[in-house]
Amino acid sequence: MTWSLVLNVAVGGILTGLVYGLMALGLSVIFGVVKVVNFAHGEMMSIAMYLAVLAFATLHLDPLLMIVPVAAVFFAFGYLLQIGLINPFINRPEHSQFMLLIAVALIIVNGLLMIFGPDARDAMVGYAYDSLQFGPLLVDKVRLYGAAAALLGSAALFAFFRFAPTGKAIRACADNYLGAQVVGLNVKQLYALTFGLGTACVGAAGCIMVLLVDVTPTVGTAYTLLAFVIVIVGGLGSMAGALIGGVLIGLSEALAGLVMDPSAKSMVSFALLVVVLLFRPQGLAGRRA
Amino acid sequence: MTGPRLGLWCDGVPRRALVLCGILLAVLLAAPLALNSYLLSVLILVLYFAYTGQAWNVMMGFAGQLSLGHSLYIGLGAYTAAALFMHFGINPWVGSLAAMVVAAAFGAAVGYLAFRFGIGGVYFALLTIAFAEFTRIGFDHFPWVGGAGGLFLKVVGKGRFDLLHLRGSAVMFYYLLLALTVAAFLLCHRLMRSKIGYYWLAIREDQDAAQALGIHTFRYKMYAVLLSSAMTALGGVFYAFYYNNLFPEQIFSMERSVEIVLGPIIGGLGTLFGPLLGAFVLTVLAEGLRDLLSALGLALPGATQVFYGVCLLAVIVFLPDGIWPGLRRLLGLDRAAGPGPKREG
Repeated sequence: MTWSLVLNVAVGGILTGLVYGLMALGLSVIFGVVKVVNFAHGEMMSIAMYLAVLAFATLHLDPLLMIVPVAAVFFAFGYLLQIGLINPFINRPEHSQFMLLIAVALIIVNGLLMIFGPDARDAMVGYAYDSLQFGPLLVDKVRLYGAAAALLGSAALFAFFRFAPTGKAIRACADNYLGAQVVGLNVKQLYALTFGLGTACVGAAGCIMVLLVDVTPTVGTAYTLLAFVIVIVGGLGSMAGALIGGVLIGLSEALAGLVMDPSAKSMVSFALLVVVLLFRPQGLAGRRA
Repeated sequence: MTGPRLGLWCDGVPRRALVLCGILLAVLLAAPLALNSYLLSVLILVLYFAYTGQAWNVMMGFAGQLSLGHSLYIGLGAYTAAALFMHFGINPWVGSLAAMVVAAAFGAAVGYLAFRFGIGGVYFALLTIAFAEFTRIGFDHFPWVGGAGGLFLKVVGKGRFDLLHLRGSAVMFYYLLLALTVAAFLLCHRLMRSKIGYYWLAIREDQDAAQALGIHTFRYKMYAVLLSSAMTALGGVFYAFYYNNLFPEQIFSMERSVEIVLGPIIGGLGTLFGPLLGAFVLTVLAEGLRDLLSALGLALPGATQVFYGVCLLAVIVFLPDGIWPGLRRLLGLDRAAGPGPKREG
């Protein structure tokens, strides 16, 4: 094992981790504001992956071009889901909320299975196997472009929450539910917007993800779990934490793939999760509740 | 009939409820005589979910600790007993004791880590999922039990009835599972009306208040996890010897955990009959739907699961307390006193 190999793998892991980060960002935003854990997060991403694969197979559209339209569709989907299904559950006990979203996940996975069948699909873009060389470093084009798109998406979301009046209003809801109501914010509406933004993130991440992995109907559960691990490691509800956690998990998975059976690499992520839960339950970048 | 021993079990239970329980038990006892092998296998599935649901209910319904990783205990129970039987010829009854110990040890690890460090709610549920996933991947790479390729027990002829070695026909497994389900039901019935049961309810409803009243919440939550995991492990042992094949991918999967959770939630969380009723309703509806779809030539993989999802959604949205509380009112079995289902605010 040479240093250049380790370096190459580490850079690949970090780039993949940024895409993970965008996916987890959606979960984190939803939890941070609506206080609901989206148990159907990875499953929603698999819908986006199928949309991107379909667009590529029929219209030869690059999945990266699909990011904006898919994110828009997902925004509407998340908005309506929050208005129709989740808003009535805001004050219900946690386990009812979990079960609600697990039911949604169950319907998505098996709906996809009914429509697309169990076979794996992918989007083989022309540059799938190309890479760029920087000295000793070889970087896959798909990873580089994907990570750049993920960073762009995350930056847009950060800017929205930092500068846009609606973004500030949403942050106000997250900080103080009662206070937001007192000053006359339409909290239910803002929750729906937030859920829409969260699903838009995961939709965008799905489009990027098809460049990196194949999609099957059941792939979603693994990504739901991965997103949980990332946001807990980074800090549930913290936006920066989601990106940090994503990079950390991407990196540790990639490096674990070097020293152990690649199919066992997610054990490292789960071990990391347990360690973080024990010693820093609020996550690396989270604030103590 | 009113000896002190029987009184212990029936005290405060309405006569009508006792009669209905008796009828139900009689029907279940006689069922194999009237059912063909397909319907019997459906009923076995019902009892399996009723039993595992009852075991899960101890933790969530009674003590309020949401586990979404109960497939961990199913899998550990199944693998422990099956591997001991296969490698060392250890009798499955002895093996099931070992299975309970192993599962309870894992349960203790999960519970200790979570409760000691004050991990609750979302984080606890995620911790249970993480443990199940971690173990699944671990078993995938554990050659002693066959790894990802699976572990297989020898299938024997249908005529055997070897209760001692758990090798026999579906009818034997049916009665075994029925006994297990009845035992779990009676145990939960006793627990609900014992000190420990009331402590659990107190913890479920308001943990801080329970602690302020002097309840050792850590200890009682641990009891719930230990009991629930050990009971669930027995379900796993049954699974191993009934189906004769085990794959980590299947038995430790999150879908398995969700299946266990569905029955009690649909039936009625924290109630005694909820897990039974939920398992019955779900399994029978799902099997019926599968038959209907295949009769119409529409048998698509995933259709049953979509149906599960829709059922779950409908029950959670429209019947947050599950089916049983309503049915109980309908049957006129409501007790004035005694622990009822959880009332959601």
